[in-house]
Amino acid sequence: MASTIRVRATSSGDTTEVQALIQHPMDSGFVKDAGGAIIPPHFIQQVTFEHDGKNVFVADWGAAVSKDPYVKFSFKGGSKGDDLKISWVDNKGATDTTTAKIQ
Amino acid sequence: MRSAIHLAPAVVALTILGLAAPKLAALHAAETVDPAADARAFRNYFTGKFPKVKLEDFVNGPYSLNADMRRQWEEIEQFPPYEFSLDMGKEMFAKPFRNGKSYADCFPNQGIGIRQNYPYFDGNEGKVVTLELALNRCREANGEAPFSYVKDEMAALTAYMAFTSRGKPFDIKIPDDPRALAAYQNGKRYFYTRRGQLNFSCASCHVQEPGERIRAEVLAPALGILNAMPIYRSEWGGMGTVSRRFITCNIQTRGVPLDPQDDDYRDLEYYLSYVSNGLPISGPGARP
Repeated sequence: MASTIRVRATSSGDTTEVQALIQHPMDSGFVKDAGGAIIPPHFIQQVTFEHDGKNVFVADWGAAVSKDPYVKFSFKGGSKGDDLKISWVDNKGATDTTTAKIQ
Repeated sequence: MRSAIHLAPAVVALTILGLAAPKLAALHAAETVDPAADARAFRNYFTGKFPKVKLEDFVNGPYSLNADMRRQWEEIEQFPPYEFSLDMGKEMFAKPFRNGKSYADCFPNQGIGIRQNYPYFDGNEGKVVTLELALNRCREANGEAPFSYVKDEMAALTAYMAFTSRGKPFDIKIPDDPRALAAYQNGKRYFYTRRGQLNFSCASCHVQEPGERIRAEVLAPALGILNAMPIYRSEWGGMGTVSRRFITCNIQTRGVPLDPQDDDYRDLEYYLSYVSNGLPISGPGARP
């Protein structure tokens, strides 16, 4: 199974710009399927970006975030070749982690 | 006043006489089908309407006509939403069926870089065969259940096949076979026929009004519209195939959609692909 996380991190001297795309249904729990039954809530609760042992970006997400969420941010520090660790946890306890190299 | 009324039938009679001759000529012209001339006229219409747009850029749909949307799209393309589907398609394509064969065995050149040749006219069957149809036939021939034509697996497979063909110009051929010409003609008829409660034809939006807004959307030009298939549509929150695009269009005009891969849809895809001959495959695409 391929990773559910795609990351692109590029360093431009002082700062590192990070883009990530996560594959997740992000069901809010308010939507019904074709048969009229409620699709149970299933969404990412926390996303973490870790660089050099420190969290550089942590997001608490909820039902309002859309399917296959996309994140873009930048942080001070980080240089080419450094590892960036990304992980998420959803409300069912499922989780995925990946490590990307800063370019 | 009275004399005017009295004269009226005579005027009508004269008009009918006067129109009869050109009308007959027009009917005769419609009977001789010339796809190559159609394609030239079709292309010239769009290049004339949008002289600033480069020919190969029409495959980028609304982005070729709207600078603001283009900027957003260029940013989206750095991280395209169809990437997951593309990866899934690549994986599926490489994975053998239970009998040990794979998709590659069903297609020329192992299925790589051949999207631009579909749909083609199959002389044995006497009908148009689309890529989606060929994929499901490949599955069935190898004892696998066919996929839904509209999304998910089918979109993933066609996304991968389009991706390996990016940049190759559409090369649809109409063989010297009256049935092929009839299929082309039927596709053209379907494209220009008004239907649905809104009384729209495909051409009403995609020939008459490309670049204009329909609510919040910008209409894509019909020239090159299939080159970007399959597409990730934000509106759908996922991927969709050519079949899905046709069905949605019919529903949006409040018409009754056909079944995916109905003969009319196959012919329509044949016509639309043919008139975009020479324009590069750009799929999979991303659309609002």
